Amino acid sequence: MGYRILKKRVLVADPKTVYFEVDAAAVAAKAKAGQFIILRVSEPGERIPLTIAQARPDDGVTTIVVQEVGKTTHDLCNLEEGQEILDFAGPLGQPTHIEKRGTVCCVGGGIGNAVVWPQAKAFHEAGNKVISIIGARTKGLLILEEEIRAASDEVIVTTDDGSYGRKGLVTDALKEVCERETVDECITIGPVIMMKFVAATTKPFQVPTQVSLNPIMVDGTGMCGACRVTVGGQTKFACVDGPEFDGHQVDFDELMKRLAYYRDLEKISYDRALERECRCGKCEGGE
Amino acid sequence: MADDGKKRRPINRQDHKTPMPEQAPEARILNYKEVPLGYTPEMAMNEATRCLQCKKAPCRTGCPVDIDIPAALDLIAEGDFAGGYRKMRETNFLPAICGRVCPQEDQCESMCVLGKKNEPVAIGRLERFVADWAMQHEDSEAGAEMPVCKPATGKKVAVIGSGPASLTAASDLVQLGHEVHVFEALHKPGGVLFYGIPEFRLPKATLVKEIDGLAKIGVTFHMNYVVGATETLSELRERFDAVFIGTGAGLPWFLGIPGENLNGVYSSNEFLTRVNLMGAYKFPESDTPVKPGSRVVVVGAGNTAMDSARTAKRLQPEHVTLVYRRSRAEMPARVEEIHHAEEEGIEFKLLHTPVEIFGDEKGNVTSVKLQKMELGEPDASGRRRPLPIEGSEFVVEADCVVVALGNGPNPLLTRVEPELELSRRGTIAVDEETLESSMKGVFAGGDIVTGGATVILAMGAGRQAARSIQRYLTTGSAAF
Ligand SMILES: Cc1cc2nc3c(=O)[nH]c(=O)nc-3n(C[C@H](O)[C@H](O)[C@H](O)COP(=O)(O)OP(=O)(O)OC[C@H]3O[C@@H](n4cnc5c(N)ncnc54)[C@H](O)[C@@H]3O)c2cc1C
Ligand SMILES: Cc1cc2nc3c(=O)[nH]c(=O)nc-3n(C[C@H](O)[C@H](O)[C@H](O)COP(=O)(O)OP(=O)(O)OC[C@H]3O[C@@H](n4cnc5c(N)ncnc54)[C@H](O)[C@@H]3O)c2cc1C
Ligand code: SF4
Ligand code: SF4
Ligand code: FES
Repeated sequence: MGYRILKKRVLVADPKTVYFEVDAAAVAAKAKAGQFIILRVSEPGERIPLTIAQARPDDGVTTIVVQEVGKTTHDLCNLEEGQEILDFAGPLGQPTHIEKRGTVCCVGGGIGNAVVWPQAKAFHEAGNKVISIIGARTKGLLILEEEIRAASDEVIVTTDDGSYGRKGLVTDALKEVCERETVDECITIGPVIMMKFVAATTKPFQVPTQVSLNPIMVDGTGMCGACRVTVGGQTKFACVDGPEFDGHQVDFDELMKRLAYYRDLEKISYDRALERECRCGKCEGGE
Repeated sequence: MADDGKKRRPINRQDHKTPMPEQAPEARILNYKEVPLGYTPEMAMNEATRCLQCKKAPCRTGCPVDIDIPAALDLIAEGDFAGGYRKMRETNFLPAICGRVCPQEDQCESMCVLGKKNEPVAIGRLERFVADWAMQHEDSEAGAEMPVCKPATGKKVAVIGSGPASLTAASDLVQLGHEVHVFEALHKPGGVLFYGIPEFRLPKATLVKEIDGLAKIGVTFHMNYVVGATETLSELRERFDAVFIGTGAGLPWFLGIPGENLNGVYSSNEFLTRVNLMGAYKFPESDTPVKPGSRVVVVGAGNTAMDSARTAKRLQPEHVTLVYRRSRAEMPARVEEIHHAEEEGIEFKLLHTPVEIFGDEKGNVTSVKLQKMELGEPDASGRRRPLPIEGSEFVVEADCVVVALGNGPNPLLTRVEPELELSRRGTIAVDEETLESSMKGVFAGGDIVTGGATVILAMGAGRQAARSIQRYLTTGSAAF
């Protein structure tokens, strides 16, 4: 009944970041860049949203890239090829508005690069000049560089520690690009704090900037309102109105606070999962 | 009683309903088990013999699906529970559910002649009793009975959503020999019956059993299938001979006051979905958390508000307050729910409305500012309009606020369907008699047409649509 994992590739060992190809034909048939799915790994699991990194309508494969940050992503990252994901619903959300704009800057940070990839590809295919700026804390954490290169006219890599590419933040590189040439659109996906600063960077240059928001979601169909975000002073439901919004209008501080609300309980849940699997023999865990 | 020469059974002149045993309030707020425990066979027979077997049976006109109530009650009075069950099931395909959740005081029981002087016959409780009896006696005739489907017609019908409207339509259509596919956005079928109405009011096992029954007689369920996203209505329409839309009212209304996006402010849909559908009351055994905090304020007075308040109570905060802008007389919830909520120690602040929500530096709710209201002239709905009293504002502490104001139609499916006509309120416009929409062969019913209503009305609409679909499939037109 579930959705079979056809291929698994560990992109980064720590924090564990995994690429999955999932047999989900109905999703693959429809998915467009910028959309996401909601999955449940198993009973009695949580519903979590993940971006569709790639959809292959021809063979029904839907690709996701997931980083382990808590209980559900931990369970997911532990699944192997041949195993099944219990629930997998989508494609949800509004697709990215892709058109020929001229020069488009795609700015990704961390796991956000998994989302930059399909968007860079879509903008490129629409005839835009695509400049991708991709960042990570350190070299080992940089994902999908090759894939993004294939979809871009220019790629700038930044690392916080300078271990690869340029030392510094994506915003530094972005500022230079904006000073250097006319950018017609910027699209950014990564940690909320990064997106906040990307939007602040493009604002003086008046570059329209789309940010892909990642609030906590439950149903993903507009039924619960958990995913509320404030954009231009108005409440929006990110799952149906977004997840992409005008970065110059988003209340990022509210989003950060909302994302932190369950942190104490999330930790309890995650610790229990880790403990159950511990094989040290000293603690309660072990299988 | 029918004039069949049978000896007349003496009528029970008891002036009140036979009481139903319940879990005591102190005990039940510590668990999620059902509150009313149900009748014993003796209680059921005692209650059923109160029925006068009226020839005109006004009670029937109060039931949206026209159950032959006196006939069913006659059988129960005779101790023929299987017979009573079958009689109810003739027109109501979910008696175990309706017996529990129908607002009987506005429907069947409101019309019962006994109600003029005394309490009406407890029709809902008896309906629940026979349905539970049949479930517990699966080996009996009634329990084991499976509806017989007509020979396959080769026609395919898509049913969107799996709430009571859809389940009823699916049940009727599959029995007519059509191939029926149900498409549901969530991972569990049942609609509000699953994600909204809590376990202590409607045990999930009861629902699951009915849905399993449908699967057994050939209905195919497709979960995680979001129509409008996974596939559009138009595309489904092409693959199927007819379509029924029963997607409910699933767009939560908020107050539109400052502070509403603070952490700890939930829509009732979110709060109840976390607890019921995702099992947050079992956290960390289940993965989805919920934070009831220590002081909960629930806004509203419908079933949704009562369910939210009573659900919150079971998560054991210190205090639960329900705030409603009108007076007790206007509270729309079922009388039983209001009564249960009060027994469970929920404080009612009537004639009050929240005007602002305050939070701390982390963005978490800390308090709510309430304003007192008074009732003015009647408004369009005939209810007296609540008016704010200037200068009456005061602040109450709260770390959780549940907004239970009701729901509008969810636009996910309809917004990508320009051909599908909507009302001004965003509900699907249909022909009143056939429930056909502006798209040929596409029918709709339940909350997506009426706005938030009741389970039994949704079921009635599902049945009405199934009849139209049958006509449409056999004659090419839904019209009579
Ligand atoms: C539209 C969208 C697209 C996303 N795409 C990706 C992706 O492609 N790859 C990826 O690795 N992650 C993605 N995320 C984030 C991902 O959903 C969360 O990392 C995941 O839900 C965490 O669950 P957990 O149980 O492992 O961790 P938890 O312990 O539950 O949470 C860890 C942190 O993740 C965030 N989080 C928790 N629950 C949710 C939730 N239901 N929805 C969103 N965030 C939550 C919170 O900030 C929390 O502090 C996306 C989120 C959204 C909304
Ligand atoms: C908390 C609460 C308590 C209530 N208590 C009572 C009560 O005691 N008595 C009573 O009579 N009534 C009660 N009601 C009202 C009653 O539940 C509804 O009137 C009834 O459920 C409506 O049925 P429906 O079939 O129209 O839709 P719903 O029950 O709303 O079901 C709709 C289904 O469609 C699915 N869906 C939506 N969009 C899509 C899509 N695009 N694709 C696929 N699937 C989709 C939804 O996920 C859902 O499962 C209550 C309502 C609530 C919210
Ligand atoms: S279905 Fe509802 S209205 Fe009809 S008899 Fe049963 S409880 Fe009464
Ligand atoms: S109106 Fe009351 S007394 Fe008369 S038949 Fe109906 S339930 Fe019985
Ligand atoms: S996740 Fe429930 S409305 Fe967006």
